[in-house]
Amino acid sequence: MSILHGYGGMKRNWNWRLWTGFLFALAGFISFWFFAQFPITRDFPWANLLLFAIGGFLLFTGIVRALREPQIYRGKIFGPILATLSVLIFALFAYGMFYVVRQMPPSKGAPRVGAKAPDFTLPAQNGIPVTLSQLESTRGTRSVLVIFYRGHW
Amino acid sequence: MRSFQQRLDDFEERNIRVVAISVDPVDVNLRHWKKMGFTFPLLADTDAAVIKRYDLLHEHGGPGGANISRPAEFLIDPTGTVRWANLTENAAVRARPDEVLAVFDALDQKRAGEKD
Repeated sequence: MSILHGYGGMKRNWNWRLWTGFLFALAGFISFWFFAQFPITRDFPWANLLLFAIGGFLLFTGIVRALREPQIYRGKIFGPILATLSVLIFALFAYGMFYVVRQMPPSKGAPRVGAKAPDFTLPAQNGIPVTLSQLESTRGTRSVLVIFYRGHW
Repeated sequence: MRSFQQRLDDFEERNIRVVAISVDPVDVNLRHWKKMGFTFPLLADTDAAVIKRYDLLHEHGGPGGANISRPAEFLIDPTGTVRWANLTENAAVRARPDEVLAVFDALDQKRAGEKD
């Protein structure tokens, strides 16, 4: 009896759900840089959230079985540790995705529809200056699309 | 930016010139331009003078507190008038090429209708 019920001498199963769940949470965060390349996964980070959800499910069920059947499954202690880490990772992701990205100053003075676009001359990547008014008046030009972006760093 | 490069043929077909502006210096832009295989120019507004004139400065928005541009897109007609502007409130959400092309086509049709 002591062998069956005791912890010593009895090899308990590896609780793979905990580790896999943690890996999913980690992947949910790291894959941001991958999914941010595509508008469909960037505008709303559903792919990342899906990975977090899978990770959360695995961690939850992993902890439940570690607590209910500690004689069979490991993870009573490191399960909650991994879960806490995953929650922190998710919190960091959510903070960045849903808070930081919206922290932009108002842009009240930007040229509105119908207004004149301020002219500019700036060097291109080859060092040759490009002037907006020259682009506009280039033969054949029907429109100029000016894209302002945050930078590549 | 990558998505605009992928659809650049559709812009060229309509005679829309595409340029992109950031605070990145010329050498960074050249490296980025080559790496990404861009064929439209990346313009270097290193001191953010143009970005400020367009009121798009995002102070300390970059790494290490650097001043950068907030994302924005403008369609400007040959007379220099803004025909469409997109100022996102979420830095992760920017205009898609399809959206811009649809706007251009709609404006184009409207213009043609006015001439008739």
